[in-house]
Amino acid sequence: MGNLLEHMGIEKQRLHFSWISSAEATKFVNVAKEVTNAVRALEPNNKFVKTLD
Amino acid sequence: MNKLTQNIRELSSNLLKNNKVDMVIGFKKGTIPMAVSPMAAHNIEQTKEFIWDSNCGINLANFISDKKEKIGIIAKGCDSRNIVTHITENKISRDKLHIIGVPCTGMIDKIKLQSNFNDDITDYSENGEDIIVKSGLIEKNLKKSDYLKSNCKTCMHRNPVIYDELAAELVQEQKIEDQFADVKKIESLSIEDKWNYFDNLLKDCIRCYACKNACPLCYCPSCFVNESNPQWVGKGQDKTDIKTFHFLRAYHCAGRCTDCGACVQACPMNINVRDFTRKLIKDSYEIYGWEAGLDITKRPLLDTFSLKDDDSFIK
Ligand code: SF4
Ligand code: SF4
Repeated sequence: MGNLLEHMGIEKQRLHFSWISSAEATKFVNVAKEVTNAVRALEPNNKFVKTLD
Repeated sequence: MNKLTQNIRELSSNLLKNNKVDMVIGFKKGTIPMAVSPMAAHNIEQTKEFIWDSNCGINLANFISDKKEKIGIIAKGCDSRNIVTHITENKISRDKLHIIGVPCTGMIDKIKLQSNFNDDITDYSENGEDIIVKSGLIEKNLKKSDYLKSNCKTCMHRNPVIYDELAAELVQEQKIEDQFADVKKIESLSIEDKWNYFDNLLKDCIRCYACKNACPLCYCPSCFVNESNPQWVGKGQDKTDIKTFHFLRAYHCAGRCTDCGACVQACPMNINVRDFTRKLIKDSYEIYGWEAGLDITKRPLLDTFSLKDDDSFIK
């Protein structure tokens, strides 16, 4: 799915996959940080954004 | 009448005569030159309408979903692979089917052929690998191999992968140097250019859904695009909605698409929607060594896992 999105022009760094158990709070925090950092490093997204009028 | 047509009629009428099946699904001549339409023959008389030529590109596996009757079906390579997919996905059981296999040497790209003529094609016939095409102004003798549909050019399974009997001798499979050259071309673009490539690809899409309706994989009674509660995707002509539809339609075909090209052939706007599914075919092949619809004993790709599967994308 990530590959197809990238093929269509959505940066790979915007989609992350992880497996986190409900007991793994620290892992959750780390992954959340990683995801936000990865996304912040990109330009703001303007793809797949629908403007309603 | 060509030999294949003759054999198909004979085999089908035998099936019906011996009560082996309740109907045989095949093609009959359409109402304009080069058009064919799918038909089901319920009696021997009707089998006389069956034809076979290089215009039979539509995928007949589309017509067997959930059928309860015993069915005979004419299947070229790609149809047979979609039949396998139907069997593994429990849309039909193997013992309900009698498959008449047709080894295939490729189907014609009508749009490419028509572009050779200034006026409408009025007559079309075949002689082996040559095609004789007439329009009001001119008659041309052409080589079929120059006018193949693009999916047929890269087809690696021209022979049916499953059948009960054959309507002709098996053919030589193609040797293709680079099966995925088209996908690689898109892969080599920058992220912005990829986005624009697909924007441009879909600019004419009118959301008629012919592509999904022609596809044997799209058999859900209610498609996500039609649902309104919840509404997964907007129903209008908004660019974002069009792209969302195509992205999801393609993804639903992941590990299942046989590259039969029925979707492209059905599109009235001549959009190569295979640009989406081809990427999935390439990934399935390269990452999992998987080609759809080759073996009825194998579960679908997204239905299985192995400890060897690549999991580098999971944190
Ligand atoms: S058949 Fe063509 S025009 Fe119709 S929805 Fe599919 S891509 Fe769009
Ligand atoms: S997506 Fe298109 S090429 Fe793939 S199986 Fe469906 S109709 Fe055939």
